[in-house]
Amino acid sequence: MSGDGTSSVAIQRGGGAPARPRAPTGIAYFQYVLNKKLRSPTPYLMALGIGGWILIYWLFSEVWNLPRFEKMPGPVAVISDWFSRKPFQGTSIFTETYYVHIWVSVRRIMIAFAIATAIGVPLGLIMGWSRRFKDYAFPILETLRPIPILAWVPLAILMFKGLETPVIFLATLASLFVTVLNTMLGVESIDEAYFRAAGCLGSKPRQVFWHVVIPGSLPFIFTGLQISMGVAWFSLVAAEMVSGDYGLGYLILSSYVNSVTVPMVIGMLTLGFVGWITSALVRMAGNQMMQWRTRALALEGR
Amino acid sequence: MHQTPPASALGRIPRVNVEIRGLNMAYGEAWHRQQVITDLDLDVPAGQMTVVIGPSGCGKSTLVNIIAGFEKPDSGIVRVDGQPVTGPGHDRMVVFQETALMPWLTVRQNVSFGPQLRGEMDRATLRAEADRLIDKVGLREFKDKYPLQLSGGMQRRAELARAMINQPKLMIMDEPFRGLDAMSRELMQEFFLKLFEENRRTNLFVTSEIDEAIFLADRLVVLSTRPATVRSVIEIDLPRPRTYAMLASEKAFDYKREALDILHQEAMKSFKMGSGQSDFLEAYAKRAQ
Ligand SMILES: Nc1ncnc2c1ncn2[C@@H]1O[C@H](COP(=O)(O)OP(=O)(O)OP(=O)(O)O)[C@@H](O)[C@H]1O
Ligand SMILES: [Mg+2]
Repeated sequence: MSGDGTSSVAIQRGGGAPARPRAPTGIAYFQYVLNKKLRSPTPYLMALGIGGWILIYWLFSEVWNLPRFEKMPGPVAVISDWFSRKPFQGTSIFTETYYVHIWVSVRRIMIAFAIATAIGVPLGLIMGWSRRFKDYAFPILETLRPIPILAWVPLAILMFKGLETPVIFLATLASLFVTVLNTMLGVESIDEAYFRAAGCLGSKPRQVFWHVVIPGSLPFIFTGLQISMGVAWFSLVAAEMVSGDYGLGYLILSSYVNSVTVPMVIGMLTLGFVGWITSALVRMAGNQMMQWRTRALALEGR
Repeated sequence: MHQTPPASALGRIPRVNVEIRGLNMAYGEAWHRQQVITDLDLDVPAGQMTVVIGPSGCGKSTLVNIIAGFEKPDSGIVRVDGQPVTGPGHDRMVVFQETALMPWLTVRQNVSFGPQLRGEMDRATLRAEADRLIDKVGLREFKDKYPLQLSGGMQRRAELARAMINQPKLMIMDEPFRGLDAMSRELMQEFFLKLFEENRRTNLFVTSEIDEAIFLADRLVVLSTRPATVRSVIEIDLPRPRTYAMLASEKAFDYKREALDILHQEAMKSFKMGSGQSDFLEAYAKRAQ
């Protein structure tokens, strides 16, 4: 196998397989994916599911007026206000404050998520990698982690000035814990065989860190980041309800206080959509960074 | 008894002897210590295929881990080319029982992994060498694929290429074809044998399959049940290049008989000790007839 030129031991050779068509690129690729999606039952089932839920919601709240639903604005009321140029209750896609609320929340989430990831991932990697460091850091982490984020609110307000920083601090804290823990578990989940193989091939500890520890823990890191994104939204909205001047959490609570229930529901649904988009973005980033996994899953048809 | 390997191969592949003397290894705390290897002496002569066969769970992988330098024995020494083994090193390549290709690297990146990290070859040489070995193991069309996209047999071949590129003095194979279906397993055995017969790199091959063992071996080392020690060494004097047909010869049959007798005795022993390997016992009893 070495020094013997090019003699090759071929076990399998594709014989006269038909020529494969070229993979489409750019817009053609997009069209291909869209076409394929439209030919699968998924989009139709999704539409049916959404329609079904709205129908039930409409029947309960606007047609039958069931007890407990009588104060709830129905889908017709919500949708007609949401997309109206002159909303009865003051919030629609044509009012500027609606976007201010969304933007303020999204900005806070981006800052909190970025800080939590920038601190949490390295911290988790080191904790998983170095037994010693874990021994130092783990007790503190495990004591602080179970404290519900709302219990931090007074302290956050005392520690930070203004309205903005405490809110961001709370969201950061919540997602930091999740990210650290998942990253650490990710390192610990790496099969010993990869470390052995790397050692056998002559890598030094630092190379093992870069070439085994980091890529090996990525699946867990990204699972953690998705959860951390959800947790960040959760604590952000809670914090915005307690202390805030803008943001979707503030919109929901202030609508309630002012007895305008339609903007309240609009705020909730908007949170749902925006939260969905943010976690989809995290998932896409993960798929992009873990081609090896994405392609294997695609092979299994997932 | 062996044909002389091509001179060019002799030129580049280092010939080393491996000596293992007085190896002892136990696991567990003092109060339930379990001896896994006892007083094991073993030679792996240069340029030969030494096959170690032993019952499942007898301590074969532990032996491999010690030779590879992943674990330190309680006592005893492993010498490669006269040098005591103190830790893992790229002079000894292990192909593991379970696939250990990095799933996040493509086949080509996996094959280049060792030399690249050690910074031994320049980029162009490394690339050419990696491509040559990938071709050799028949994965040309798969070099940019990730391990999870390959079949089990292809993964094993990629792993062979990843080991070979390091020009190891010793190849250690720990049941590398276990878990492959019968067809791929046979193909892999033939393929691996052909590679070995081309270059005659010192090789330690661990298996629990008697036919595989006789097909490949120059020397067949039969281990006892746990704690492992060498029960017998059988010189397999079959011509090379080997073919499967040789397994049907009288001589091969005698070797098989001899090895199975010992394995059978070992199984009986462990059965009597009550370690509950009755299924194993039955299987070997049937085959030994
Ligand atoms: N790290 C460890 N800690 C404790 N016990 C161990 C460890 N590694 C192996 N053992 C024990 O040592 C014994 C031998 O294990 P080993 O893996 O070496 O056997 P094997 O012959 O390779 O088995 P197999 O056929 O399953 O590959 C087993 O009983 C196992 O439980
Ligand atoms: Mg084993």
